[in-house]
Amino acid sequence: MKVAVCVKQIPDPASPYELDPSTHNLVRPNEQVLDDTDRYGVEVGLQIAGDTEGTVTLISMGPSGNLNGIRQALAMGADGAILIDDEALKGSDSLTTARILAAAIATESFDIVIAGTESTDGYSGILPQQLAELLDVPALTYAKKIDVDGSTVRINRQTTTGFDTVEAPTPVVVSVTAGVVEPRYPTFKGIMDAKKKPVDTRTVSDLGVDIKVDQRIVMVVPAPSRSGGEVVIDEGDGHQKIVAMLEQAKVI
Amino acid sequence: MAWVFIEEAETGPAAVGLEILTKAREFGSPTVIYFGAGSEAAFATLGEYGADRVFHLAPTEGSTGIAAAAAAIAGLASEHNPDVILFGQTYTDRDVAGRLSSRIGKTIISNGIDVAIDGGVGVTTELFGGTQLVTTMFEGDGPHLVLLRPKSFPAEPSGGAAPTVTTVALPDTGHAGAARVVGNFVEESQGPKLEEAAVIVAGGRGLGSAEAFGLVERLAAPLKAATGATRAIVDAGWVPYAKQVGQTGKTVKPDVYIACGISGAMQHLVGMKDSKIIIAINKDEEAPIFGVADLGVVGDVHQVLPKLIEALENR
Repeated sequence: MKVAVCVKQIPDPASPYELDPSTHNLVRPNEQVLDDTDRYGVEVGLQIAGDTEGTVTLISMGPSGNLNGIRQALAMGADGAILIDDEALKGSDSLTTARILAAAIATESFDIVIAGTESTDGYSGILPQQLAELLDVPALTYAKKIDVDGSTVRINRQTTTGFDTVEAPTPVVVSVTAGVVEPRYPTFKGIMDAKKKPVDTRTVSDLGVDIKVDQRIVMVVPAPSRSGGEVVIDEGDGHQKIVAMLEQAKVI
Repeated sequence: MAWVFIEEAETGPAAVGLEILTKAREFGSPTVIYFGAGSEAAFATLGEYGADRVFHLAPTEGSTGIAAAAAAIAGLASEHNPDVILFGQTYTDRDVAGRLSSRIGKTIISNGIDVAIDGGVGVTTELFGGTQLVTTMFEGDGPHLVLLRPKSFPAEPSGGAAPTVTTVALPDTGHAGAARVVGNFVEESQGPKLEEAAVIVAGGRGLGSAEAFGLVERLAAPLKAATGATRAIVDAGWVPYAKQVGQTGKTVKPDVYIACGISGAMQHLVGMKDSKIIIAINKDEEAPIFGVADLGVVGDVHQVLPKLIEALENR
């Protein structure tokens, strides 16, 4: 099967995020990392491709930077990447992002398109569904387990009370939850090979998509902050402080 | 004019839908798009919360009905021109809203905690773990699509009469609508529901192991509390997803939230920082959770929790 996996390079979540004061866009450094939740999608893609003698192509949009995040996904074993990098895409809304990714995906005929349920930095959480509609294919969403049987893809779809088993024929978009599989760690050979794998960088005009952003941030203000209260070091009596607070709150 | 998309839950309209419907009354008589089998009782509830008119979309047996619902709503929207269509930040609502967005060529603003119609449509979202509030305005014509986080508004009945209900046929969407539900599984849960509990005891990676979540459960028992968890230990498979509190899990606002071995990542804080009282136990004095806790105990959960459990059990 020919598998596409949508991935995103994001600023390292371990360092504090900041907004550009004039545009309110997230500041994206030259060195970004692979969104941790995308490692699950890449792993699912690699397993399906492995079982079906297929290929895995990464699809990504955003500033290339030093490609560190893309190389991380290539090092896991993906075959190549298509990256759409264009100044015009800064501050894109979710539908613009979906249109760009859909246009890149539509240039090749993929059997399965995999994405995480939401990115760690933007977490709008609707991109896989937008993508499916633009590609005119079914969406199997919030997968916590996935099986491919011939041309049928079957998933366990997370629900608030458990899961539904849902299936659809290919071509299909699948969104995966963290924890769906155990992502592999890149091997040393994988890391070396990743440096030589093809990364096809495209612009908006290459894809022929009209950019029209329909939202504008008008205000960013600090939220009324909650300040911390008393912090005590436990000297064997920490629990007594907690009991006192529970009494004060009248829950015991 | 605001429309509200409401999915049917096990016992009628989803709670988040009634919260949003309550809010939508500020913008005039709301119309509800009701997605599910439907019943007289369900429609009466929608009326009680202010729905004036209901478009009822019932998926056919076996189909998820998602693509068809999006197509049907697109048709209704082009006929009636609502200013906004409001959805909950939930699984099914996201599925329908996402497809609808592409279908009608309108973007979506997600994770809203407030919405205003005043000249234009503005949505408030939280950024960086809720430390910043962002207001985003839509440009161009409606209908504008907004996803609102659960618990953003209280659900309050208005005492309205039964609404006018119109059943809308779901169109055939071909291959796009080919997803079928072939089974379902309900995880067992005990004790009060996370969203409703007055007290929540939650655990994080600082517990050290899946077995140690037993301490959280033992503390919850005498407090009649619900148990919650961070994304880290849900992903690690220690507890089911249904217990996840945070950005990608549930938003909770209990009277007391007891965080055990939780460092306080932004992802988690978003889901619980509006609790009335927060108590935190963590080994690391520098943990961000202490920045929002009314009482912070710097210590090992394996030392503090057994003593706390004993003290409560002996009362």
